[in-house]
Amino acid sequence: MASERRLRIKTLVMVLAMVVCANAGDLMLKRGMSQIGAVQLTASGLAEAFRLTVTNGTIWVGIFFLTGFMLSYMTVLSWADYSYVMPAGAFGYALLTLLAVVFLHESVSPRRWVGVVLICVGVLLVGQTKPRTTAVASEAVA
Amino acid sequence: MRVILALAVLVLGSTGGEIAITHGMKATGEPARLRPRALLQFLGRAVQNGWFWTGVPLMALSFYSLLVLLSWEPISLVIPASALSYVVGTLGAKYILGEQVSPARWAGVVLVCAGVALVAAG
Repeated sequence: MASERRLRIKTLVMVLAMVVCANAGDLMLKRGMSQIGAVQLTASGLAEAFRLTVTNGTIWVGIFFLTGFMLSYMTVLSWADYSYVMPAGAFGYALLTLLAVVFLHESVSPRRWVGVVLICVGVLLVGQTKPRTTAVASEAVA
Repeated sequence: MRVILALAVLVLGSTGGEIAITHGMKATGEPARLRPRALLQFLGRAVQNGWFWTGVPLMALSFYSLLVLLSWEPISLVIPASALSYVVGTLGAKYILGEQVSPARWAGVVLVCAGVALVAAG
């Protein structure tokens, strides 16, 4: 069925957007916060950290990506099952490990590789099921 | 005991919040097109839904619980334990949202749960 195929493709595109935005956002926040350095847990320390955070460009790039994550998450949940999107999103953990190996040349423990394989097989299994098993309340028409 | 309690708040808060948001998004209906204008109108409708605003504080509570847990226990214990959310969330999807969870989907969820626990444990 053409509509079934279309549903599957747009769901996969949105899940991919979710994963990329979440990973890129986390990475940027981490990079931004390490530029700022350890935060002192005192009133003046927190105030200073707040000032440094809101004036840091890298932090804003991170916030931009995390906003993109929330938007794509909400959008995909408007048509796809929660029990489809949630496990499929775990693909991000596997992707992060692969990126760490390829770009950061991190060494990965055998236990973690087993985890990556389990995630990939699990996501493939979930990916084969029907993305939507409930009715959508109102099909919005512009 | 307090660790188990905080873990329960973490898992139930995040899955409860996501289930509430899913319910709200299903009531909102999908955007007419995946274009900026249609997406803005869609977001405008979504934030008028009460379920959306039920979900957000639950997720915030879950995040706070994560921070508290991380101040007590090492991250290599906290994140694998929070992988339980995949199973709890799937139960919620089945019994609260009425989604059909086929055996293949269940198998996938269990593998993902175990996989995330292993990856996070390092």
